[in-house]
Amino acid sequence: MGTWSRFNIASIVLGFGFLYLPIVLLVIFSFNESKLVTVWAGFSTKWYAQLLHNQALLDAAWVTIRVALISATCATVLGTLAALALVRYTRFRGRMLFSGMVYAPLVMPEVITGLSLLLLFVAIGLDRGFWTITLAHITFTMCFVAVVVQSRLLSFDRSIEEAALDLGATPVRTFFAITLPVIAPAVFSGWVLAFTLSLDDLVISSFTTGPGATTLPMKIYSQVRLGVTPEINAICTILIGVVAIGVVVASIVTKQREAQRERDERAAFAQS
Amino acid sequence: MTRVASALFSRLVIIIPYAWLLFFFLIPFFIVFRISLSQTAVAMPPYTPVFDLFGGLSGIVEKAREFSFDNYVWLTEDVLYFNAYVSSVIIAAISTLLTLLIAYPIAYGMAKAPKTVRPTLLMLVILPFWTSFLIRVYAWIAILKPEGLLNQFLLATGVIDQPLIILNTNWAIYIGIVYSYLPFMVLPIYSSLEKMDHTLTEAALDLGCTPFTAFWRVTFPLSLAGVVAGCLLVFIPAVGEFVIPDLLGGSETLMIGKTLWNEFNANRDWPVSSAVATILLLILVLPIVYFQNAQAKADSEGR
Repeated sequence: MGTWSRFNIASIVLGFGFLYLPIVLLVIFSFNESKLVTVWAGFSTKWYAQLLHNQALLDAAWVTIRVALISATCATVLGTLAALALVRYTRFRGRMLFSGMVYAPLVMPEVITGLSLLLLFVAIGLDRGFWTITLAHITFTMCFVAVVVQSRLLSFDRSIEEAALDLGATPVRTFFAITLPVIAPAVFSGWVLAFTLSLDDLVISSFTTGPGATTLPMKIYSQVRLGVTPEINAICTILIGVVAIGVVVASIVTKQREAQRERDERAAFAQS
Repeated sequence: MTRVASALFSRLVIIIPYAWLLFFFLIPFFIVFRISLSQTAVAMPPYTPVFDLFGGLSGIVEKAREFSFDNYVWLTEDVLYFNAYVSSVIIAAISTLLTLLIAYPIAYGMAKAPKTVRPTLLMLVILPFWTSFLIRVYAWIAILKPEGLLNQFLLATGVIDQPLIILNTNWAIYIGIVYSYLPFMVLPIYSSLEKMDHTLTEAALDLGCTPFTAFWRVTFPLSLAGVVAGCLLVFIPAVGEFVIPDLLGGSETLMIGKTLWNEFNANRDWPVSSAVATILLLILVLPIVYFQNAQAKADSEGR
């Protein structure tokens, strides 16, 4: 389409500079020798070494990872079911309400979600802590999974499912043998998204936590309030690194799977 | 047998996520509303009457008599809350507009990029969204501080001779919101621009439109669905934003998300925070419903 003008390129370069410069600066200053984050005093990895001796921080990281693993897995199951319900069943009682409940959490301010879930947990007498954070994370991340899987399902060629059903497969078998393998890359990226959202969440965790369950973002937040230090930069750099590796691996896996699928389809055509 | 299994399967697909969202998303709002009608108490949980699901109907009726709108009266009497709501909406609106102005040229440039480059550009826009919100906001503190990197740079290059005071002002909040929510604005605009039929613009140019008129009268109206979706994705969460005003804004910055947080964490006043949340939800209910309808419409078109 048209030409890629100088104006277009400039706006992209400036836009991406704006998006990435703060993160790059944060990473650079995590290797700063000085305790000041804004004055460069030479390269050092001492802040990373210091992190390893911070037991409270390591505990928080462990809690965060466990919450993220459990909640992302449950959210992926629930979110995939929700996406199936939205795409496959266009009419059932209360569908409007259902689609509303799937989309609303995407924009709902976190303070409202956090407060309302806390009040629910108190009302039903659930002890607050690790499990309440996990339940809260499942609830808000499953909607993101649903949207990701839904967009894949919308472009799904249903004739292969119909073929399986015509050949006598049960709906359950058709789902596991045909549908799930095809939408697997979307389900997987939904899981990665849910995992990182859970890893990052501060506000909802802070509302729904109880004694003994401190997540990494809560720990970072309480330290940031005391001031900016290279040690926080170091934690943040590690987190960014973990997420970046996760996203890159996820995209490679997705690409390979898609290439494999295309090869399979070509082979199937060649045989027929 | 198969038919029974099939019916059961389709039922379960709907019922499981439906029940989950009803219980963990919808019902909690009613609890928030109910507690906003309670009185503050020094106890755990810190409000009376305590909701008891198992108290039977007579118990509920009896307790309903103790409900009062005192918390809402209190919110109208203290001008602080009113100001916080108004300034949250204004700050969110200004930030949304700024985000749109910055995001549109980026999305436009991406849509104009060669087809081979587009997936990479798309990936680069999405990537920051995967890194922590808290970390991205934190990164700006070191940049915007009076002795921070931005001022060091501007002083060294001689653009200014006095450090700019940005941190702890509303400007820092605008920057924070624009920065954090930029991908939410770029993506929907990009997807609507990418789908566009470009012969239309060419036709307008051939018929003698200036490039700007062609953009304003053809391209922009056709991308409006993306613009609206992007604005809602930024505006709604920004009104209730807590982390950005708390870390980048000053002590005099009033935003309702911060007020709610303080009411809850510092003052431990659950009924008043519930009332604050209820009114915030009422303010946002129209844009949220509008957003849901736009999403549902986009889905049925994609079918």
